Amino acid sequence: MIALTVNGTSRQVDVAPEMPLLWALRETLELTGTKYGCGMALCGACTVHVDGVPTRACVTPVSAVAGKRVTTIEGLSDKTDHPVQRAWMELDVPQCGFCQSGQLMSAAALLAQNKTPTDQDIDQAMAGNICRCGTYQRIRAAIHRAAALARGGA
Amino acid sequence: MARARGRLSRRTLIKGGLAFGTGLVVGFRLPLTEGLLAEAQGAGVFAPNQWLRIDRDGVVTIINSVPEMGQGSMTTMPMIVADELDADWDRIRVEQAPTNPSLYANPVTGNQSYGGSRGVRDHLGPLRKAGAAARQMLREAAAREWGVPLDEVTTEPGVVVHRATGRRLLYGQLVDRAQTLPVPQNPPLKTKDEFRYIGKARPRIDVPEKVNGRAVYGMDVRLPGMLVASIEKCPVVAGGKVKSFDATAAKGVRGVKHAVQVTSGVAVVADTFWAALQGRKALKVEWDEGPLGRLSSAGIAREHETAAGQPGLVARNDGDTAAALTAGAKTLEAVYQVPYLEHACMEAMNATAHVTADACTVWVPTQNPGGSREVAARLTGLPVDRVTVNTTLLGGGFGRRGQTDYVVDAVETAKAIGGGPVKVMWTREDDLTHGFYRPSTYNVFRAALDGQGKPTAWFTRVAGAGLLRQRGSVPAGQVDGTSMAGLRDLPYDIPNVRIEWVDKDVGVPIGFWRSVGSSQNGFIVESFVDELAHLAGQDPYEYRRALLGKSPRHKAVLELVATKAGWGSPLPAGHGRGIAVCFSYGSYAAHVAEVSVAEDGTVRVTRVVSAIDCGIAVNPDQVKAQMEGGFIYALTATLYGKITVDKGRVEQTNFHTYPMLRIAEAPVVETHILHSGQPPGGLGEPGVPTVAPAVCNAIFAATGKRIRRLPIDREALRRA
Repeated sequence: MIALTVNGTSRQVDVAPEMPLLWALRETLELTGTKYGCGMALCGACTVHVDGVPTRACVTPVSAVAGKRVTTIEGLSDKTDHPVQRAWMELDVPQCGFCQSGQLMSAAALLAQNKTPTDQDIDQAMAGNICRCGTYQRIRAAIHRAAALARGGA
Repeated sequence: MARARGRLSRRTLIKGGLAFGTGLVVGFRLPLTEGLLAEAQGAGVFAPNQWLRIDRDGVVTIINSVPEMGQGSMTTMPMIVADELDADWDRIRVEQAPTNPSLYANPVTGNQSYGGSRGVRDHLGPLRKAGAAARQMLREAAAREWGVPLDEVTTEPGVVVHRATGRRLLYGQLVDRAQTLPVPQNPPLKTKDEFRYIGKARPRIDVPEKVNGRAVYGMDVRLPGMLVASIEKCPVVAGGKVKSFDATAAKGVRGVKHAVQVTSGVAVVADTFWAALQGRKALKVEWDEGPLGRLSSAGIAREHETAAGQPGLVARNDGDTAAALTAGAKTLEAVYQVPYLEHACMEAMNATAHVTADACTVWVPTQNPGGSREVAARLTGLPVDRVTVNTTLLGGGFGRRGQTDYVVDAVETAKAIGGGPVKVMWTREDDLTHGFYRPSTYNVFRAALDGQGKPTAWFTRVAGAGLLRQRGSVPAGQVDGTSMAGLRDLPYDIPNVRIEWVDKDVGVPIGFWRSVGSSQNGFIVESFVDELAHLAGQDPYEYRRALLGKSPRHKAVLELVATKAGWGSPLPAGHGRGIAVCFSYGSYAAHVAEVSVAEDGTVRVTRVVSAIDCGIAVNPDQVKAQMEGGFIYALTATLYGKITVDKGRVEQTNFHTYPMLRIAEAPVVETHILHSGQPPGGLGEPGVPTVAPAVCNAIFAATGKRIRRLPIDREALRRA
């Protein structure tokens, strides 16, 4: 039994300790917003926050997050109103949308550290997230927009 | 969240056929069955055709038949119905169509299968008519209620209005009366200036659920008692068979319940995907690798080259090309090569199946619900009407999901374990190494110019496999049109043109891939015409323009892109500008790309301008989104895309060996829509074919080096 905090709630999972966090989230805790894309930390679709740090859940053993705080896309906000979610909706960023949970979690982690990211900051923070539909230019614009929203811009 | 998006019924994605049953199943061009009509009427629902229903609360449910794979069909298709219906967008729900080709087959192809950028272009007419018929009936119902002539009755969104008296009735109030009226077969349609939704950017309905994790893709399907499976497939790309297997160790893995043989390999079935993967690793399988076990990319290249030395089937023959080639003032020969490509949908292939004695239910992210249903019926021996296929959201399609191999995996696995339900999930490695690849081709070009530099002869011979030919739907000795797209319809005014195709299939499974033939031929044609312009010493844009006199839509889109890009304006040293134009899938597209090439050969696209004439732009922001996405998809292939095989095994197994373009390399794509008012064209694919040639032509402009083989070899561009 491994204890962890997921989206603010204490949870216990009875799985092999080496099972990647991704599968504990998706299959044991039924939080399917976090996606499987590659299993090798190459695409970023599985990005979650562990104690606030963007983390690839597909290569993180669940034992490594015992006692830690995990935030998934489902826990990013209660009402789909985190600044990145608002900006993503405003600019209609997603196409197929499969990678977007990971994109949003990487972007939210960036903005938590950096209130006014430059294009270069965005390139660096988002380098691990692949979007096969090619929504990158809207992602970039939406991160700038989210930064403005977070600063109180309308 | 207060924005007017309409609402996506998530419940139906999971409940599938169960939730779809009531009230809507009345064919537009099909005779009503009494049972269905009674059901619709009894439910207090106005359902004049299979595309919409309105309940007494005024909620309009619109059925979208085109699977949502990112192109925005769940928003764009309903916009068409809602416009002619004059529905209130805030009172709209959208449901994905059930699998029932008699109601939801593509009206042009006759199959409930979607590819070829056929969403808007094949449905605009029928969906307008569907919405207009319902609006006409609601007006009629109100006119009768008020005892006024029909032509005095008009509508505002969700309301029928009698202007003279100021009387108003909500659509929901007219449901019971409207459903007793006959369905008009030729209702009046709106004029262009009456459109309320068509032509105006509208936020996507599916976006809120795609930013909060609630959107349900095939991979996310969960059912009571469901198991999850991973299939060990033969390491050879296709054609391998299980000789024998030993699952003793696999079955000892915690959580593993079964290990069963299916056509594509050995399915390890467990209570979680992770357990199934561990079981799969412990499996011992002996394979009969089949005929492709000796295939290598070097051998394929040699076979293609040899084939290209032989005469091919004639796809087009204008004038006397052989004679004109010898008579030219200047001649040019070149060989172009393109590789196999995999789609790399972000969501790897998967499907979930539940088989019982008298029914089969499948949940699947598919472009091909109709084909999925047929496959499941064949495998279970059930009649098709006992098979329910629920189309989930698709994590990418790009043509890959027109295939049904993953449905076979799921249904066979379910059958082998006593019925399931079971979800079969592919790994990224399975996905890249067992695909249906965009064909690789070897292309020979010859051309002659007259004294003024004008081309007098054009010869192209393509050697490679035809994807319709490979699956037997084009007979031997006939040209496979999918291999000739973007080539046989060469738009340039040249008196002698000969296009040949050498049918050379080495056995690698091939399939549709975002613009397929046009992605290959757009590159080779638009690169070679650029070569001719330079040979003639003329500007590549003006050279094309002068040759497009008989192709006014090509010319118009080319002129638009050149103007918007500032063609001819100065660029910094080390930068170059390239242009290309192509017709595909009913639309005309052109690109201008600006690139810089670093000393180490790294290509960076610094600016992109695109232009598209898709006839009518129903949702202009999504037209732009497709041009943006198509550019990135194509640039990824141009810079990185290459699938190779060794001993029959695909060598690219994950994103480290099959790289994808990332955000730092992604330019802003500026899109200009040319509103030609012509019939609607496609959108998902037309933004792809002109990208590689625009970029490679820009590289030539910057460096003087001509790229004749994709992907771009950075080493060949290295200066230091």
